[in-house]
Amino acid sequence: MVATTETIAAVEDATGAYKYGFVTDIETEKAPKGLNEDIIAFISAKKNEPEWMLEWRLKAYRHWLKMDSPDWAKLNIPEIDYQDVYYYAAPKSAEGPKSLDEVDPELLATYEKLGIPLNEQKMLAGVAVDAVFDSVSVATTFREELAKSGVIFCPISEAIREYPELIKKYMGSVVPVADNYFSALNSAVFTDGSFVYIPKGVRCPMELSTYFRINEKNTGQFERTLIIAEDNSYVSYLEGCTAPQRDENQLHAAVVELVAMEDAEIKYSTVQNWYPGDETGKGGIYNFVTKRGICRGDRAKISWTQVETGSAITWKYPSCILKGRDSVGEFYSVAVTNGAQQADTGTKMIHLGEGSRSTIISKGISAGKSQNTYRGLVEVHKPAEGARNFTQCDSLLVGDKCGAHTVPYIVSRNPSGKIEHEATTSRISEDQLFYCLQRGMDEEESVSLIVNGFCKEVMKELPMEFAVEAQKLIGISLEGSVG
Amino acid sequence: MNLLEIKNLHASIGDTKILHGIDLTINRGEVHAIMGPNGSGKSTLSYVLSGRDGYEVTEGEILLDGESVLEMEADERARAGMFLAFQYPVELPGVTGMSFLRAAVNARRREAGEDEVDQLEFVKLVRAAAADLGVDNEMLKRAVNVGFSGGEKKRYEILQMALLKPSLAVLDETDSGLDVDALKIVSDGVNAQRGDDCGMLVITHYQRLLSHIVPDFVHILAGGRIIKSGDKSLALEVEENGYAGLVNAA
Repeated sequence: MVATTETIAAVEDATGAYKYGFVTDIETEKAPKGLNEDIIAFISAKKNEPEWMLEWRLKAYRHWLKMDSPDWAKLNIPEIDYQDVYYYAAPKSAEGPKSLDEVDPELLATYEKLGIPLNEQKMLAGVAVDAVFDSVSVATTFREELAKSGVIFCPISEAIREYPELIKKYMGSVVPVADNYFSALNSAVFTDGSFVYIPKGVRCPMELSTYFRINEKNTGQFERTLIIAEDNSYVSYLEGCTAPQRDENQLHAAVVELVAMEDAEIKYSTVQNWYPGDETGKGGIYNFVTKRGICRGDRAKISWTQVETGSAITWKYPSCILKGRDSVGEFYSVAVTNGAQQADTGTKMIHLGEGSRSTIISKGISAGKSQNTYRGLVEVHKPAEGARNFTQCDSLLVGDKCGAHTVPYIVSRNPSGKIEHEATTSRISEDQLFYCLQRGMDEEESVSLIVNGFCKEVMKELPMEFAVEAQKLIGISLEGSVG
Repeated sequence: MNLLEIKNLHASIGDTKILHGIDLTINRGEVHAIMGPNGSGKSTLSYVLSGRDGYEVTEGEILLDGESVLEMEADERARAGMFLAFQYPVELPGVTGMSFLRAAVNARRREAGEDEVDQLEFVKLVRAAAADLGVDNEMLKRAVNVGFSGGEKKRYEILQMALLKPSLAVLDETDSGLDVDALKIVSDGVNAQRGDDCGMLVITHYQRLLSHIVPDFVHILAGGRIIKSGDKSLALEVEENGYAGLVNAA
């Protein structure tokens, strides 16, 4: 996400085309299309998984079969044929863990083009990257450096083999297998993702990031990420996502689990730029993601920051279970929709611990014919004496064919809880636009400036290296939205 | 060549005709004042010149440096050297004063085929210009015009003008909302930018601004026409007798 010059070129490109829309021509090994127990066994075997993992997957699959796709979101989801999807696709050259020197140059070139050089010398100092290409992790940088401080950062498939005790203890502990339709599907067929373990008292010395790329046609990406921060530790993690421009819609159903122990802090940032589809929504990614963190220990803190600009459909509610006393949950979100995009996104703050606090700042920007919904739950349970929540939901409309919706659910079971909710809906005013134009900025730059101003409270939560990129991304996403 | 030439300009907002044939020529180095009663078309003239949407030119011509601007969008006119100091500067929540200035300056530099400004140098440049106008660093860190006092808003307008160095500056009721001290600071800022490179059109209801920014020419606008032109003494005449006599005589 650091190819600033390339991004500027893209901004200047008047066509407004999705710049990550290229396809990498690489030999791929795929499982046959469709989903059944054999396919799951195939994936498990490909990953050299122990028997217990396969059992876990099959259990999830059997649950999934009995479940229905959720229909409560304000989304128009076309019927998905789950038998018409490839559940495993891997670049042939990427079998097994590798050192960077052995990674297929074609793959390195792909990430280079995406602005993610995997060559450690060329990388931003202080950011370690796990690169996931379709169903496998192709490279993880700075591992040795991180290992010196005891930090584990590796593909989850490797963690299953190397750290089975941690996986058994924590995987599914925050998002149970049968939590929802998509988490059950993910649990059955997940292929790769990142595993992070920060030992007691360690402040992770660099930003960790995972870069997800869907390349193969008709392929679903089902990644699984697990981050564990032991007592008094700190980690900042960022994920980025892109996909080629396709005519068919592609499926992405991820599960992310965060566990923060006493006095630990996890900061999780997402810049999501999956292909949004054409003006009618054709070809975009269907993004069904379950992200949840638990503050298990006292004074633990989990902070979600997301900048969502891509995908044809977004269904995503990064949440916090605030179990520890005085634990803190935060959710900062910018969701931009343009064209025919639909987003139903928000958060859940579940207050269980005494004195737990949460903050929700959501900025939704709708343009074109898009629909943008904030959906959030704040729940204060009986033991959460003195819990506090502050929610601010702002929607900005660009043009008159789009929609913005705010659906807050508030449940308080403890009379000492304090819950505040503020919401606004506004438009980019003609006065604001003219003011910028009169200073010489063209229309798109003016809109981008005004929208970025609107999102500022959220943008400043992003790690600095990515904030600039995210700002430009918002500009690109809104191209052609005015006039 | 004349900097600005307005010929027989007629303009409407929707079905309402506001300007009924304006002729005005401004050369570099000149300061022209347009005075007129409320509803005479003063602000409309500033918007028509700067190309605001919704203001339609039905007849006539506007030439900037000999080129017609009628087909140009507002941002193109701005980059061609036109600057409008707003009567009511607009709030841009979340956009800091400094980043807004940078975006505006860079837009011009790109147009001129120059590199974007160097961040550090730009900050120095802005701080120097800001100090002259009594704009402090804190104000530049705040969002553009959000929570600014009337005086701060006008000073920020003039600061933008100082950095953008327009060839034609249109100042729309720059004195409105200013107390005596603020009026002096703002006027000094404008006067500092007078010179051979820049022509100015100062739009005002009252004479008091013109005792600070002394014009070379004064025009009285009423009913969408210029009914009388003269030198600075015309402004004093208005001060003494009001507009009524002039309007009735026309």
